Amino acid sequence: MPQLDAAININIVLPEISLLIASFLLLTIVPLAKQRIISSIISLASVAVSLYFIYAMWNHQQTGYFGMVTCDNFCLFSKVIFLITCGGAVMLSRDYLVKRGMDRPEYYAMMLISTSGMMFMVSSSNLMVIFIGLEIMSLPLYVLAGFFKDDVKSTESAAKYFFMGAFASAFLLYGIALVYGGTGTTDLSKIFMSTGIALQKNELYLIIGAALILIGFAFKIAAFPFHMWVPDVYQGAPTPVTAFFSIGPKAAGIAVLLRIFIIGFGGVYESFTIIFWILAFLTMATGNIFALMQNDVKRMLAYSSIAHAGYLMLALTAGSSEAVSAALFYLLAYSFFNMGAFAIVTIVENKTGTNHIDTYKGLASRHPWLAVFLALFMFSLAGFPPTAGFIGKFYIFSAAIKANLVWLVVAAVMNSLISVYYYLRPIKAAFFEKAEGEESSAVQLTLGPLMVVAIIITSVGALGLGLFPNYFLKLAAASGLMMM
Amino acid sequence: MFDLIFIVPLLPLIAFTINGLFRNKLSKTVVQSLAVGSVGVSFVISVLLFVELIGLDPAARSITQVLFAWIPVGDLQLNIAYLLDPLSAVMILIVTGVGLLIHIYSIGYMAHDPDVKRFFCYMNLFMFAMLTLVLGDNLILLFIGWEGVGLCSYLLIGFWFEKKSAADAGKKAFIVNRIGDFGFLIGAFIIFWAAGTLQFNELRAVAPEMFVVGGSAITLATLFLFFGATGKSAQIPLYIWLPDAMEGPTPVSALIHAATMVTAGVYMIVRLNFLFVMAPDTMMVIAIVGCATAFIAATIGLAQNDIKRVLAYSTVSQLGYMMMACGVAAFTAGIFHLMTHAFFKALLFLGSGAVIHSMSNEQDMRKMGGLRKHIPITYKTMLVGTLAIAGFPLMSGFFSKDEILWKAFSSGQGHWALWLMGILTAGLTTFYMFRLVYLTFFGERRYDDHVAKHVHESPKSMTTPLIVLAALSVIGGLIGIPHALGGGAHFKKFLAPVMAAIPGETAHGGHHDMTMEYILMAIAISIFAAAWFLARYLYRMNIDKVTSLKASMAGIHKMLLNKYWVDEFYGAAIVRPIVNGSIFLWKIIDVLIIDGIANGLGYIARDMSQTFRRVQTGFVRGYMVAFLFGVVLIIGYLVVR
Repeated sequence: MPQLDAAININIVLPEISLLIASFLLLTIVPLAKQRIISSIISLASVAVSLYFIYAMWNHQQTGYFGMVTCDNFCLFSKVIFLITCGGAVMLSRDYLVKRGMDRPEYYAMMLISTSGMMFMVSSSNLMVIFIGLEIMSLPLYVLAGFFKDDVKSTESAAKYFFMGAFASAFLLYGIALVYGGTGTTDLSKIFMSTGIALQKNELYLIIGAALILIGFAFKIAAFPFHMWVPDVYQGAPTPVTAFFSIGPKAAGIAVLLRIFIIGFGGVYESFTIIFWILAFLTMATGNIFALMQNDVKRMLAYSSIAHAGYLMLALTAGSSEAVSAALFYLLAYSFFNMGAFAIVTIVENKTGTNHIDTYKGLASRHPWLAVFLALFMFSLAGFPPTAGFIGKFYIFSAAIKANLVWLVVAAVMNSLISVYYYLRPIKAAFFEKAEGEESSAVQLTLGPLMVVAIIITSVGALGLGLFPNYFLKLAAASGLMMM
Repeated sequence: MFDLIFIVPLLPLIAFTINGLFRNKLSKTVVQSLAVGSVGVSFVISVLLFVELIGLDPAARSITQVLFAWIPVGDLQLNIAYLLDPLSAVMILIVTGVGLLIHIYSIGYMAHDPDVKRFFCYMNLFMFAMLTLVLGDNLILLFIGWEGVGLCSYLLIGFWFEKKSAADAGKKAFIVNRIGDFGFLIGAFIIFWAAGTLQFNELRAVAPEMFVVGGSAITLATLFLFFGATGKSAQIPLYIWLPDAMEGPTPVSALIHAATMVTAGVYMIVRLNFLFVMAPDTMMVIAIVGCATAFIAATIGLAQNDIKRVLAYSTVSQLGYMMMACGVAAFTAGIFHLMTHAFFKALLFLGSGAVIHSMSNEQDMRKMGGLRKHIPITYKTMLVGTLAIAGFPLMSGFFSKDEILWKAFSSGQGHWALWLMGILTAGLTTFYMFRLVYLTFFGERRYDDHVAKHVHESPKSMTTPLIVLAALSVIGGLIGIPHALGGGAHFKKFLAPVMAAIPGETAHGGHHDMTMEYILMAIAISIFAAAWFLARYLYRMNIDKVTSLKASMAGIHKMLLNKYWVDEFYGAAIVRPIVNGSIFLWKIIDVLIIDGIANGLGYIARDMSQTFRRVQTGFVRGYMVAFLFGVVLIIGYLVVR
């Protein structure tokens, strides 16, 4: 489609545009409205519209904007994950913000803009556009982390995130510059085509450039040793924002890494296998070992998200089309059950004001349904059948086995075993321990309608993807990337 | 119409789900009507499916309904799919039909139980599992049903779990079955490993190419599968759980431990008959084990005093018959007997339930007697059942048993010794069944006045199923009248498309000499008559002679009464060593070594966690250092490499 290549093809950015329009509304007109819930509704509506556009484009591969923006099933599938994350976080936020008197339209606008940044990022095959997408994604994240400007922890979180993020962006940009220096282009497929020539003259430019790009994204997905900011930032940020952090940017980072390395750096992939291997292993191990000792559930989930990044890096190490599909499926599943886990955390925090594991004691006798959902999400995080977490892990691990990464899979399975310990702790507290002190059972749980919807959707996802994975596996399989 | 296959198992599942979730909110009547109604509708649909299936050309009578692809992993493609062919059509008719009658009976029988709602939940779950077992189109789905019925059996045997004996019996049944299931799984694995598929129709198509007749793979696989069947269908060496299973409510004994679940092993072998005929050695083992089980269980049945235990051993014995039929490649005869047995044994159990019900829960036949006049309907129907199981000419049991005995004698896999043991067993069966009838319904009453006050005929909901089952026990055999007696052998023709011929033999084996068949039939009838008269002589006319007879054969009687001390032998030879070994494993291997390692790893991980925690200082400069550290290592590696 050469004529389309050159054209301004507005169709393929419609999903992003619908989010952006909603965010402009939120920043301009909505603040005048009296009913605050309008901002949630507008945000969710834009997510729904965006999902519709994605549905309409499914299986219609097209490009536009002089080849800068591509639209294939891979990016569409990733976008669905971002939108689920965004929608979920919006639904979680309402109760949380109302309770703290901070239900402002700007908050939702930031979330939508950040999501649109992720979507631009995955739909581009040009490093420059990817970088711009990354910045569109990141800047609102800094704002969101510090949204509670009177809260010391929230501000600290934002500051740390900003410093480290800027640092990482610098590496990324430098990497892009080096790649350009080595190959003379920032377009991924052209980089691939010039790899043969580049390897003779400027091999090191290309490889070091690729390494720096990897580092830049490793920061975003919180891979070892670029993960140190995660616990502080995740803990300090408002809980719904943490839920958003732990899925959206991570999914975007993994998706873009897969695209960059499989499409663009396919020629030098071999050189990175061992680095991916070590990073995957250390990331899993760090996340799990640190999570063991956490008594704060939110912080525990922060470390757990590092561990999950490690599992996802297994797919990156394998690099096969099958592994890409497995990673997409895993991310989809993860977006459901991790969001669900954070929903429970948010509810408990709304009620008690803290995330300490002790507040979960006796939850089953006070709020049995809440405890059941908690158990469902924790089992899914730990990867018990028949939850989505099990199928997700199963497909990533089997893809890795087929790529001859037996020892890495052994390590990953051991890691999953370790993780069972800390995932079961909240369940144990909720079901088998009695609440201390006068923790009254009379406290009524008031859940906003959006929170209820969020829990229903996430639990249906966490269970449905485990029981009937076939349909989604087929979708994921249709979204693979092929190394050229 | 065939789109409705999946409804048949689904309805009981829906009823189970609704009743299970809202048990506390729904009234007893609603729970009962849902439970019985769902099985009833399933039965109606089964009948319609059956009629529809008969309307098809015999070659086209195999319909697979794929609901969805369940596990596509590598070469293994497992569907949730149901297979309706003559075999499964007959099975769902038996399961839903007899199941429906027993459900209706349960309304009356369980009326006074405070936990009746839970009872119906389990019964519906059982129906779902059993229907999945017989309708599954692959071995794994069959296994799911297999495990499901095992679970329900456990739950229902231990339904009155406050009673220790009931809870123990449930455990025993579960554990013994698990041993068999292990064999089943290994057999299934071998088949998948060798043939690459577990789907019945595919397996049937590829079996001749993938397996060598009499080869080690097929022999091992079928032997392991048969071992699984000895657990579920209560054959030697795993039959010991079934008599104890009588601790459950009587409708459970009738449905699960007589008519349906225990026949699952027979069904499985018949379903895979095309594999078993390729393993002559396995067939021989099956025939011998079946024959021995039939005989030994019948001898034990002679000396039992608990009315339900007599029937339990009788069930083991009759299952042995079915196995023997499978062993001599008379699969149709096995299924035929399975069906007639489902009718008359369900009838006998339900009848014994009615007896127990009227006797204020007394099960010991020595404390009954003379009940004939007080509960006439129960008496008449049970008499019909007894005649049927004993093989009174032209009753259902006569045809099916005769078919098995004839095959045991005449088939290429058969042997005259099998026939001889079979005919002796038939004589024993007649004897102990009439002993039961005479002790229960004839003679003087041996119960006290307190019980006598309450003796009453059961309510309609209980007697109606008895009458229906009695009618079926009489006429059920008519569809399988052999050619020798001028019948059309319709049952055999109907099932023929499912059955494989033995390699090297032609399907119908030509015309045999009818004379031999008549002679054998005559012998069977005379043995029946002799055994009946002996029982009548001892237990009706001269009951005092029984005592002297017992005294003169004290040794044998004691041996039979104690069931050959098999339970004690298993206890000493298997259970005790396992317990002792387990204690060793627990105290030394588990606590000291495994826990040591596991806890040690845990402590190491925790200590590492504690140590590394200090790295997480909260200072951005520290994080930057780590970051740069990573950068240097990665770039360093790429440059130096």
